[in-house]
Amino acid sequence: MVQSLDRSQGRAGSVSAGSVNTHGTYTGNRALQLEEPLIFEMGQAGRCGVDLPEPPKAKERLNGLRRKGEIGLPGLSEPQVVQHYTRLSQKNYAIDMGVYPLGSCTMKHNPRINEKVARLPGIGDLHPLQPVSTVQGALELIDSLAHWLKTLTGMPAVAMSPAAGAHGEMCGMMAIAAALEAKGERAKRRTVLAPESAHGTNPATAAALGFVVKPIPANDRGRVDLAALKAALGPDVAAIMLTNPNTCGLFESEIVEISKAVHEAGAYFYCDGANFNAIVGRVRPGDLGIDCMHINLHKTFSTPHGGGGPGAGPVVLSAALAPYAPYPWIVKDGDTWRVAEDGAKVDGLPLGRLKAFHGQMGMFTRALAYIMSHGADGLRQVAEDAVLNANYVMAALKDVMSPAFEGPCMHEALFDDSFLKDTGVSTLDFAKAMIDEGYHPMTMYFPLVVHGAMLIEPTESVAKEDLDQFIGALRSLTAKAKTGTAADDFKAAPLYAPRRRLDETLAARKPILRWKPSNNPPGTDPLKQAAE
Amino acid sequence: MRYLPLTDADRREMLSVIGAKSVDDLFRDVPASARLAAKVGGLPDHQGELEVERAFQGLAAKNLSPGTTPFFIGAGAYRHHVPATVDYMIQRGEFLTSYTPYQPEITQGTLQYLFEFQTQVTLLTGMEVANASMYDGSTGTTEAVLMANRVTRRHKALISGGLHPQYRSIIETTAKWEGFTANFSKTDAEGLEDLIASVDRETSCVVVQNPSFFGHVRDFTKLGEACHAAGALLIVVVTEVVSLGLLMPPGEMGADIVVCEGQSIGNGLGFGGPYVGLFATRDKYMRQMPGRLVGETVDADGKRGFVLTLSTREQHIRREKATSNICTNAGLCALAFTVHLTLLGEAGFTRLAELNHARASQLADRIAALPGVAVLNDSFFNEFTVKLPKPAAEVVEALAAKRILGGLPVSRLIPNDPSVENLLLLAATETATDAGMDPLIAGLKEVL
Repeated sequence: MVQSLDRSQGRAGSVSAGSVNTHGTYTGNRALQLEEPLIFEMGQAGRCGVDLPEPPKAKERLNGLRRKGEIGLPGLSEPQVVQHYTRLSQKNYAIDMGVYPLGSCTMKHNPRINEKVARLPGIGDLHPLQPVSTVQGALELIDSLAHWLKTLTGMPAVAMSPAAGAHGEMCGMMAIAAALEAKGERAKRRTVLAPESAHGTNPATAAALGFVVKPIPANDRGRVDLAALKAALGPDVAAIMLTNPNTCGLFESEIVEISKAVHEAGAYFYCDGANFNAIVGRVRPGDLGIDCMHINLHKTFSTPHGGGGPGAGPVVLSAALAPYAPYPWIVKDGDTWRVAEDGAKVDGLPLGRLKAFHGQMGMFTRALAYIMSHGADGLRQVAEDAVLNANYVMAALKDVMSPAFEGPCMHEALFDDSFLKDTGVSTLDFAKAMIDEGYHPMTMYFPLVVHGAMLIEPTESVAKEDLDQFIGALRSLTAKAKTGTAADDFKAAPLYAPRRRLDETLAARKPILRWKPSNNPPGTDPLKQAAE
Repeated sequence: MRYLPLTDADRREMLSVIGAKSVDDLFRDVPASARLAAKVGGLPDHQGELEVERAFQGLAAKNLSPGTTPFFIGAGAYRHHVPATVDYMIQRGEFLTSYTPYQPEITQGTLQYLFEFQTQVTLLTGMEVANASMYDGSTGTTEAVLMANRVTRRHKALISGGLHPQYRSIIETTAKWEGFTANFSKTDAEGLEDLIASVDRETSCVVVQNPSFFGHVRDFTKLGEACHAAGALLIVVVTEVVSLGLLMPPGEMGADIVVCEGQSIGNGLGFGGPYVGLFATRDKYMRQMPGRLVGETVDADGKRGFVLTLSTREQHIRREKATSNICTNAGLCALAFTVHLTLLGEAGFTRLAELNHARASQLADRIAALPGVAVLNDSFFNEFTVKLPKPAAEVVEALAAKRILGGLPVSRLIPNDPSVENLLLLAATETATDAGMDPLIAGLKEVL
């Protein structure tokens, strides 16, 4: 069956009509928007993007296990490779292009000096298992970042090795399990309390460690319901996992009371530090009575998270949990640095090891460069500007959108979808329309406690005039939605992105997770597959 | 402050729009007892780019960089030449400063390279499906054990004595706190271990490494058959992914899950991270995989496009019932991997592997000729184990004093075990040259 590529179905005035497909080009390209095949569709035998010498003659010692068939990798020359990835890069939105208000993800500016110093040969080209006498500067660098993190959080210890925030959660919760075991209470304290608004990683981490996760409701101010929390605390509770500032972008104003109640019940306080960027330099979490907190270096300290990683999730620990910190850590003996690794004779009861080598050194270097660039004074300003920008967005939109909670927010402004009631426009539609305005949408449908949530986090990196334009765009979209006649336009968005809305249901129903020669034989229409 | 666009005038105007007297008003939900009146004490103030760069140059100068000196260390991190194109590409802002591709219409660049990456990983490993990467090989290995426990509904893993000691340590830690049994076979420096007799009906998986930590190249086909007969999974770990250019892929040996440390392709040594974990399995276990997956689909105009998919396995949907708590991949490191592997292609990757093997084979011949020194391996790829007449840690320190980075004393990773005290692990990649081997051989003659 011949299928039309035009999805407008002939409706007069449809936004699709005339917008995308009527002016076809021979190549399918649209000026700077270049269609790009997969590398597997471009390769030719006999092409190669590297020149390597003939191997010297030497005895083969492969135990007879030499690979027999071809691997199937495509051959491309260097210019083709450069063009391929350059074209792909132009299909991405990025912080470097504009406002990227992805709440809870903190898309702040990634300074390039961070990249430069991470690539100094004396830092980027070091083997993790060189003799420690040859990496004294590297160990000093890690310890220097550790010192900043401990001082900024007001905590006595830090475990540097976790590879990401969720890995840091695992580390912190293992430390709590280890502390309970040392007290002989691990068997009876099997419950972990987590607010309904928590990141999904919190319950996933607790459950992986065998804890039973019990949700704690929020009050109508978007904070933990203290009375419900107190009622849930008991001799079976191991810990509370609480994000602060929380995922609604609000500071847990009763956190000192929470921490007191948790400790009086013999439990520990895990703080999810994903939102530390809102309070760095203004609040030390240690003063709030927490026992441990992971810090996502890419959020608070600007390390790049391109395409979803890498991360780094150091965990600061209270005196009660410090003895259980995992290997490795850096020790200074007089003027020399060494690494305490598995089997080292140490005080305390290390919980084990979470990652090979010494942690995400490349991320440590970048985070330290960011921290040193700001200094103690600049970091405080970072938190203030991030909070100011978010409150400005909230103030400028509260009359046309619907803030989820009253009062000032911290670093992100949370709206629900009640302002879209009866417009036929959903949070998803609204977000997709923002794409056509040249913005990355805010976080949608998170936190789960707010209906149709829209979580806007401008960060401190956005200039006021750029925020004003962003606000103007959202006000315009809001007005358009409220006409009540624009639902089709919203549902058709985005029109101007490299791709229009993608069929996620099809992707999940018939997973195609790798290229195969049979996926798209030349000359066939991918739609036929979709219709199968 | 060069990173902060707001001026004082902006701040005043914005506060007036908000209706707040000062920024302190915005922090009024913070308990008074925890409000810092001024910046955190005892820390320096902001610095210019020049000063920051100088500070890092000072730290760098205190290290001995492998590029400046004879270098033969491997043990799970390998020094290869990374083409300039790779680092240029990953520093493009559209890649570097993009986040997880939650909005596929404007992140097709990331999604397509991850789809290509997944395909490359399946080809290298000989497996059917791969995810969009893990933190690294070490954490990925533990995730593979957890996945095998889920698939088999068993809780007893058998871990080879040829697996990287730190990988073993992570499995041990996870087993202790997450509550499963991990039985560790004893250190296998000779490469003679046979685990077949230890597999039983309670075994969830057997974890082996190829080439092993000590460098031995093994055929695990029979072990795989024994695993499958007992209803267990075979997990094959590869810490030197370049070896797959020359060796039979784990998929052909019957592996059910393959985990690789992908650092060798595209990613520098970086003092241990960030690296990139490759994770591949059989189609039938797809829905038990941890980590992100990218899938192909079509957009509203019928054009091919890519999306994150099967996310109902993941923590942000499933919460406490998720397959793992992971919510990060190694995006940029995966990009470095896939760009480098695309440059290499079939011919380049195979040639690179041949070069590595030839260099290591040359080095082994020269080492074996030293009096009192024995090479333990009959087989290896680019790394092998040497028995010295004295403790290897002393020898490595003495070589380091001569600015030669002459391998890893096994005792550093397996402490308090007299049987490995004299063992030295040596690696040679394509970066090793005759000019680099000469001082190593001369140095060893002097210090032994």
